[in-house]
Amino acid sequence: MPNFNMTEKRHTMSVQDPSERRSNFREVVLGYDDEAAISEAKRCIQCKTRSCTRGCPVGVKIPEFLSLVAEGKFEEAYKVIEQDSALPAVCGRVCPQETQCEGKCTRGIKGEPVGIGYLERFVADRHMASGRAEERPRSNGHKVAVVGSGPAGLSCAGDLAKRGYEVTIFEALHLAGGVLVYGIPEFRLPKAIVRREVEALADLGVRIVTNAVVGKSLTVGELLGEYGFEAVFLGTGAGLPRFMNIPGENAKGVFSANEYLTRINLMKAYEEDAATPIFPARRAVVVGGGNVAMDAARCARRMGAEVTVVYRRSEAELPARREEVVHAREEGIIFRFLANPTEILTDGEGNVTGVKCVEMELGEPDASGRRRPVPKAGSAFELEADCVIMALGTSPNPLIGRSTAGLTVKPHGEIFADEGGQTSLEGVFAGGDAVTGSATVILAMGAGKRAAEAIDAYISSRRS
Amino acid sequence: MYRILKREQLNETVVRMELEAPLVARKALAGQFVILRADARGERIPLTIAQTDAKRGTVAVIFQVVGAATMALGAKREGEAIADLVGPLGNPTEVEGLKKVAVIGGGVGCAIALPVAKRLFELGADVTSIVGFRTAELVILEREFRAVSRRMILTTDDGTCGEKGNVCAPLGRLLKEGERFDAVFAVGPLVMMKYVAETTRPYQIKTVASMNPIMIDGTGMCGCCRITVGGEMKFACVDGPDFDAHLVDFDEAMGRLRTYTAFEAQARERNCNLFRKEVK
Ligand code: FES
Repeated sequence: MPNFNMTEKRHTMSVQDPSERRSNFREVVLGYDDEAAISEAKRCIQCKTRSCTRGCPVGVKIPEFLSLVAEGKFEEAYKVIEQDSALPAVCGRVCPQETQCEGKCTRGIKGEPVGIGYLERFVADRHMASGRAEERPRSNGHKVAVVGSGPAGLSCAGDLAKRGYEVTIFEALHLAGGVLVYGIPEFRLPKAIVRREVEALADLGVRIVTNAVVGKSLTVGELLGEYGFEAVFLGTGAGLPRFMNIPGENAKGVFSANEYLTRINLMKAYEEDAATPIFPARRAVVVGGGNVAMDAARCARRMGAEVTVVYRRSEAELPARREEVVHAREEGIIFRFLANPTEILTDGEGNVTGVKCVEMELGEPDASGRRRPVPKAGSAFELEADCVIMALGTSPNPLIGRSTAGLTVKPHGEIFADEGGQTSLEGVFAGGDAVTGSATVILAMGAGKRAAEAIDAYISSRRS
Repeated sequence: MYRILKREQLNETVVRMELEAPLVARKALAGQFVILRADARGERIPLTIAQTDAKRGTVAVIFQVVGAATMALGAKREGEAIADLVGPLGNPTEVEGLKKVAVIGGGVGCAIALPVAKRLFELGADVTSIVGFRTAELVILEREFRAVSRRMILTTDDGTCGEKGNVCAPLGRLLKEGERFDAVFAVGPLVMMKYVAETTRPYQIKTVASMNPIMIDGTGMCGCCRITVGGEMKFACVDGPDFDAHLVDFDEAMGRLRTYTAFEAQARERNCNLFRKEVK
């Protein structure tokens, strides 16, 4: 009988003190040491239900990797995770574990669930630090193009490269990583980790072409034609920001979260001598309740603003990862639940001076099953602000759809694809937010992996 | 890396650069733009393509050194390379089927107006060019415009060269005299394009403004290039950059362009100091 650790509470990870971190961009959560990791892994009682694995969108063999960690076999544990997840160091940090693996953990029924996310991150960081490079597989002579270098593209490219394909990734920006570099802030996902994931792909022989906008610089047709790729994977994400369509939205001081975050994360506007400007907000209102809203709020806080998050549903419906909400609160961010902006107020020069809102109440459930917020009559109120950041979600980018004849796209711009990512065009596959609309890193990564399998099957069938 | 094959100083602050960019050169059409970065830590600068040579795989850009970013770009020499260049972005200017047009350029905007005039000329259109500058020393591309125009009118604000005044005066005069254009293309400062639109509005002549707002990605991802056209929100990088000038909310666009003025001033100061240090 192995010696399980039956303490009800999990090992906490040390975090940077809120008073300190609210003015820097260094990582907030600092990670386990070997001893804490082993002890935490022993909290897994290896129950037969394996509900954690069923809760994982890509089915990581969690009990197996935890038992290896418990034995101190960290590299072996990594190998287990790697079978199902392409980006463990990333997912360990950004997955909403509380609704996935940890939400299903048997230990969570009485006490706290095992810190699966923390341990995934620990194992992945341990592996990265060991500097073990993957061996470059022998080429099978077949070429595949991957469009977009976010989670879906990276995982699809990685899996194909391991199978011997010659993969080229095309990225529109000057840096690879997609939302991992332009969206998620340094303090939640250090860019060094993304860089190492990208370098690991390069070690596998994947070519990365930056500054190439498929749909403009090249087309899908050209990739399949003159460039000689046998298949194309579209992992172009959901990058098109939504706005509210209310008066004042184009005033000076109103930004999409994408713009605000891109300036900070991709363009490093928080660094002392950055070339990219960032609006010097004193009072910022962030509209939305997802992870992107939390990221924008916490960035604005670090840039020196007093920040209020306005969300139209109640706290229970906040779609953001719970840890981010806790951290945001600790950093002094104020939440205004059940409220929705109706107008952005400006001065004579078009500068933002405030936000007019109404209070909301929850009515009947809507199509998504969540109770629909409806405005309360006569409840208008104003918030003072010089900056408003809209984090209302994003739609898929229309460039590919517009430039690719025969590619079926749904009304909101999502590319039509089946389970394996097959689109309406032969040889063209798609996955991630480009297909589902904005979702999570892990789902996009899973879609990239499934598409890699489908592409492999497609090309193999053509060969024979 | 994208090598600078040629660098010319067109006037005191305006620079023309020919860059190696085969992928872009194959595709670029008049009216489209590129986004480039001088250095690995540099700002992304959107610039309309001034000329394309598909055979040699080059594109030319013309820009005015106004802020820290263009200063860094302007400091690059022939033979050096810039860090990044992406494009062609935006939609090409629609020129098909136009027989008689006026192309209005203001200041460095003339660099963008020229390829449009040239394209129309090549398609056999009757082109009237009206190009305006502040003063004689700033005049650029005069010969190039003459070569592609049936009629070319040059104006300077101070009258040191060509007609005295701004571009709207001769345009208004021609319209009053009964000239009827199929379309008028305006490229230049927002305030100039706004007044061109006002000049043509009474005559209901299709007028196209080439918008150049603040941009980051140029692919529809950040929304900072948004403008209001006919009461609707448009992203200049993917829906434009050309829009119906009679429908564009120019005042709002002018306001948005000033979002980062304070930062720009600081950055310029910092850069100047850096350059000064280097000179010492
Ligand atoms: S420049 Fe980012 S959306 Fe147009």
